[in-house]
Amino acid sequence: MIRAIFTVIASMTLVVVAQASEGYAIPLKHVSVDLSDKAALYRGALTFQAQCATCHTAKYMRYGRVASDLHLSDDQAKALLPPKLKLGDEMVSFMPADYAAAVFGVEPPDLSLIARVRGSDWLYTYLTSFYADPTKRWGVNNAIFPDVNMPDVFAAQQGVLEPVYTDVKMPDGSTEKRLSGLKPPVIPGSMPHEEFNSMVKDLVAYMVYMSEPAKMQRMAYGPYVLGFILIFTILMFFLKKEYWRDIKKPQS
Amino acid sequence: MIQKLGKWVDDRLPLSHFWNAHLAKYYVPRNFNFWYYFGSILLAVFAIQIVTGIWLAMNYKPSAAEAFNSVEYIMRDVNWGWLIRYMHSTGASFFFIAVYLHMFRGLMYGSYKKPRELIWIFGVLILLTLMAEAFMGYLLPWGQMSFWGAQVIISLFGSIPYIGPDLALWIRGDYVVSDVTLNRFFALHVIALPLVLLFLIGGHIMALHEVGSNNPDGVEIKTNKDEHGKPMDGIPFHPYYTVKDLFGLGVFLFFFAAVIFYWPDGGGKFLEAPNFIPADPLKTPEHIAPVWYFAPHYAILRAIPDKFLGVVAMGSAILILFFLPWLDRNAVKSIRYRSMAFKILLFSFVFAFLGLGYLGTQPVTYWNTLFSRIFAFIYFGFFVALFLVSKFETTKPVPERVK
Repeated sequence: MIRAIFTVIASMTLVVVAQASEGYAIPLKHVSVDLSDKAALYRGALTFQAQCATCHTAKYMRYGRVASDLHLSDDQAKALLPPKLKLGDEMVSFMPADYAAAVFGVEPPDLSLIARVRGSDWLYTYLTSFYADPTKRWGVNNAIFPDVNMPDVFAAQQGVLEPVYTDVKMPDGSTEKRLSGLKPPVIPGSMPHEEFNSMVKDLVAYMVYMSEPAKMQRMAYGPYVLGFILIFTILMFFLKKEYWRDIKKPQS
Repeated sequence: MIQKLGKWVDDRLPLSHFWNAHLAKYYVPRNFNFWYYFGSILLAVFAIQIVTGIWLAMNYKPSAAEAFNSVEYIMRDVNWGWLIRYMHSTGASFFFIAVYLHMFRGLMYGSYKKPRELIWIFGVLILLTLMAEAFMGYLLPWGQMSFWGAQVIISLFGSIPYIGPDLALWIRGDYVVSDVTLNRFFALHVIALPLVLLFLIGGHIMALHEVGSNNPDGVEIKTNKDEHGKPMDGIPFHPYYTVKDLFGLGVFLFFFAAVIFYWPDGGGKFLEAPNFIPADPLKTPEHIAPVWYFAPHYAILRAIPDKFLGVVAMGSAILILFFLPWLDRNAVKSIRYRSMAFKILLFSFVFAFLGLGYLGTQPVTYWNTLFSRIFAFIYFGFFVALFLVSKFETTKPVPERVK
């Protein structure tokens, strides 16, 4: 009986933990993030400063924190630092918020925590899934974030992808064009495909790091804490056994 | 010298009396199993929440403008702030995991039955207070889920006829959840409710120590005493159960630390992804889901088509627990000696509770609503069926002594 209940509890837990897949036009691409690869994180940080920081802030992050967490040299840290700012400063953008709001229609969101909101797979897919759509303000649309107000900042490197539409029958009998995939750009970008993907991957890794710098610390301390608790628990197990030796079951 | 000092204090304060009455000469059944670890574990989690809470409050700013920023400040700029915050957020979830398992133990072994009705009632009061405590604490990070979760739950009070709208306004102190709400929830979360919890836990333990613990066999150990008046199946809590509970606490802390260091989001269940977006009163999230520990009750609420009746059902789902000692009319305590009918009932109840917990986190669909209704029916049906079955069920003979 108890075993049966246990099995049910365990299986229900699995069901709860399993994430339901959401309905995007294209499937999310998986990207694996390795926070121990400091060189990749630094490349991502440079890309972030060059491509994202123009419009977006990362106000919960400080330049100096990146420098110390990624073990950067003074020159490397300086490469991240915009003019007139100090290492202790928070990461800002130089576009005034009201100007940005006027140009883009919305204020570009702060990106400090975006990786915790969206997840690394979503960010990677999003950044690589802009496609040509002349009806939009910036001439591009996004496959997993339809009608987003952001321009394709990697158009030069990736080239602009072309959409593939399929006709979908609606319940009322009419047909509607729906995005079903993306094909390679007509004019190729400046970067080979592999190199581009690797750059975005590094950028996503950096954004994951930026969303939770403490992750590096907790991953580092984790084994020691668990090891200590394990030894404590084993000692308590034998201590309990020793104390309980004199407790005898009555003869029945 | 030390002994003299000890005697001096003891003559003026009943320290050694307390030590003997509650630890060294407090007799506990010797046959506790896995399920009996959670009482002491809960005490430890309560202590962890209090201590980490104090340190969080040193750096947290309870204002709508600063709350979200100050949490990120704790996570990034305060030394070890991330650890304290994760201990507190993970502690909240583990508190409920342990409470639900602790209650399940009570259901299985009939620990709510005479003479332990008051212990059970204190327990249900603790559950209610804990829910209020967790609900108010969840507003403090001031993320999107904090804000909209509170907005939805407080608006439920608004559905009560006549007094509803004024009541909701009185709770919020404003027409929407705002800085005012955040401030009062902070006050209630850090002072008022922890104090209430402390008193209730005190009452729970005092009532327990007055009548003594139940056990997996449901045999009263006080009915079999030796020539010295000590229960034959009892052993002193200290040192036997102090060392045993330390072992249990170690196992618990292992899982607790594993989550803190490797899985603090709990797969989006312990810390929800939308809560990393600052609260925005103008932007409703697509899908507002309560934290996992409120999900069963939320599913019951949504299962009822009428909002006010849904609130009544949700409230009753907890309040009905108060009557359990009198709804179960069978004198046999432990599941070991009760009928198959009782086992099936309890199993269905647990299954329905877990099912509701899953459905409460999911978006509303036809099937989800249908299953929520079935599970809600089973949840309440358990108490009705128990009332009928317990009177007539055939039980196995209960042994004289514990096994």
